[in-house]
Amino acid sequence: MQQNGSHNIITIEHLSHAFGGKTVLDDINLIVRKGEFVTILGPSGCGKTTLLRLIAGFLKAGEGKITIAGTDMTCSPPHLRPVNTVFQRYALFPHLNVFNNIAFGLNLKKLPKEDIQKRVMQVLKLVTMTDYEERDVDTLSGGQQQRVAIARAIVNQPEVLLLDEPLAALDLKMRKDMQMEIKAMHKKLGISFLYVTHDQEEALTLSDTIVVMNEGRIQQIGTPADIYNEPVNSFVADFIGESNILNGVMIKDRLVEFAGHRIECVDSGFDLNEPVDVVLRPEDIYIFEISDAAQFTGEVTSSIFKGVHYEMMVTTPEGYEMMIQDYHCFDAGKKVGLRIKPSDIHVMKKERLFNSFEGKVIDDTSIRFLDNIFECKSVNGIPAGTEVLVNIDFSDIILHDNEEDGMLKGMVKFILYKGNHYHITVLTGENENIFLNTNDIWDDGDSVGISIAPDAIRIIQQ
Amino acid sequence: MGRRRNWSIPYILFLFCFVIIPLFLIAWYAFTNEAGSFSPENFIRFMKHPEALNILIYSIGVALITTVLCLLIGYPAAYILSRMESGKARLLVVLFILPMWINFLIRTLATMALFGFLKLPLGEGALIFGMVYNFLPFMIYPIYNILQKTDKNLIEAAQDLGANPKQVFIKTILPLSAPGISSGIIMVFMPVISTFAIAELLTINNIKLFGTTLQENIYNGMWNYGAALSLVMLVLIGLTSFLNSSGTSNTSEDGGLI
Repeated sequence: MQQNGSHNIITIEHLSHAFGGKTVLDDINLIVRKGEFVTILGPSGCGKTTLLRLIAGFLKAGEGKITIAGTDMTCSPPHLRPVNTVFQRYALFPHLNVFNNIAFGLNLKKLPKEDIQKRVMQVLKLVTMTDYEERDVDTLSGGQQQRVAIARAIVNQPEVLLLDEPLAALDLKMRKDMQMEIKAMHKKLGISFLYVTHDQEEALTLSDTIVVMNEGRIQQIGTPADIYNEPVNSFVADFIGESNILNGVMIKDRLVEFAGHRIECVDSGFDLNEPVDVVLRPEDIYIFEISDAAQFTGEVTSSIFKGVHYEMMVTTPEGYEMMIQDYHCFDAGKKVGLRIKPSDIHVMKKERLFNSFEGKVIDDTSIRFLDNIFECKSVNGIPAGTEVLVNIDFSDIILHDNEEDGMLKGMVKFILYKGNHYHITVLTGENENIFLNTNDIWDDGDSVGISIAPDAIRIIQQ
Repeated sequence: MGRRRNWSIPYILFLFCFVIIPLFLIAWYAFTNEAGSFSPENFIRFMKHPEALNILIYSIGVALITTVLCLLIGYPAAYILSRMESGKARLLVVLFILPMWINFLIRTLATMALFGFLKLPLGEGALIFGMVYNFLPFMIYPIYNILQKTDKNLIEAAQDLGANPKQVFIKTILPLSAPGISSGIIMVFMPVISTFAIAELLTINNIKLFGTTLQENIYNGMWNYGAALSLVMLVLIGLTSFLNSSGTSNTSEDGGLI
């Protein structure tokens, strides 16, 4: 890292940040190289905008170090940083016309009038807004305002252009056009772009490198192809593109069992019989009339035309549902065969096999964890006050519609469909995650009650 | 649609009876003499009478000084308030406005008593103090209002483009708050010209403002001359508001109170 330091425009080391005691960024490490197009991708509330604001200097970092163009800028105010930002809502100055908006930064640098004139005209041409320099900014359309906002930033020739969901306010068609324009601009300018978005397709289209974030942590850094083909966990697999994610067991190297079948794959290096997550992209599954070539059989339950392809849901006799995309249509009710190439099966280590909480024995039949006292089976003589681990299987946690019916209150935060059940993450009132499996349908943001049967609580003495 | 339009009839009637007719009557009185026939003699008298003209100029001077002082004191106050967390700021804004809940005559009498207690002479200084004290909230409120609504992204954009804190203020915050400043100026300047009670009490009737002259004429039955003086002031105030609003016309929708 030291050797090619001159090629690293931004280096972020162990950056953490909290708002009012709640951690929004946790130990972020990231490098942006010269000329690279890096996209920070994640759902809303994952901390991606906070990260961008820390780099721009609008927020002061809680912990960690930000180096920009070789200088430690962790504590520098925004006006001294060699970066410029394109804001989500453009933030054009309403009291200035297009020309003066773009010239704002150059005027502050007290450049000669002719230079300013020349550079503003150049960037106006670059963003195809020539002849608009006298216009009031509020007479411009959203797309035009966005172009002015980009022009206002790049005219200062920053080392890095920071873009905070710049296309979020535009309609779909305009967004597609602007994506192409931004990509072309990046090529022409040769400076680094750091782009924040929640739109995975946008990220795949634009980036050299994608940084997937969730809950304040970086989940994966890689090229678009890496992220799409080799997601490191079920969050990334689910967030990037469409996918079927199923529970599986790695029988031995290159042989995985899922949906009731043992299938050849190319992954190795797992323990014998290790539980894993299996990712199948819907376009990688072959669908055809039933024949000997089929690894799975099933019945089409729905078939929807999506423009280029058909999207079909197929249920296997074992009760697993898979999404398949194909140019050929198989109507609902039709029996079909399915086949997957070994190299198209992606096997991932499971992040966890059960819930594990820190707890404390209260007496022979009760234990304290998640800021609550739970009844449990006999603790087998572990003395009161002992710190223990409490393990609970995903299927032993019960959700209630009514918050009051549970021992704990929580909110459904993340839902993953596993083919024959849902794997749900619930955030408790105390900001702890509880993971569970269920066949019931819940929605993101549902308020729920959580209860745990005494039999389900396994106590492990540390 | 038609029925909705009927709802405005009481308001139109009200405006007609209490705005249009009185304005017409003022103009009528101003352009007639005591005998009731049309003549410009009231205006000729005003022009030829240096005392009334001097008082007008003096009043404009007092109003200008008051407005400038209110702006110099009020803008920083509004700026500080707009930067505070909203709960605290709201409490302080209420405290600034609270004195207005007390009748302004009582406030002015209290100011008189205060000057007496501190053994300070009444006169020009007391007059300006009283004016600023009475009208300061009218300057603070519209400026605070617009500063508080200013998009924080614009300030960040200015910083991002290389503006240091002073430049951020001069190049973005100040021009963006212009509509609030102009509301504040109108709200202070206009009433100061026409008020008479403050001048009467705080200068023991030694200094006469234009409002005082007006009041004296009407009080002494000089209706025609008084009406002509009112008309002069009306035109003057109209002119200031017009100049003020045309200067900031494209952003006036975000303005403070006017």
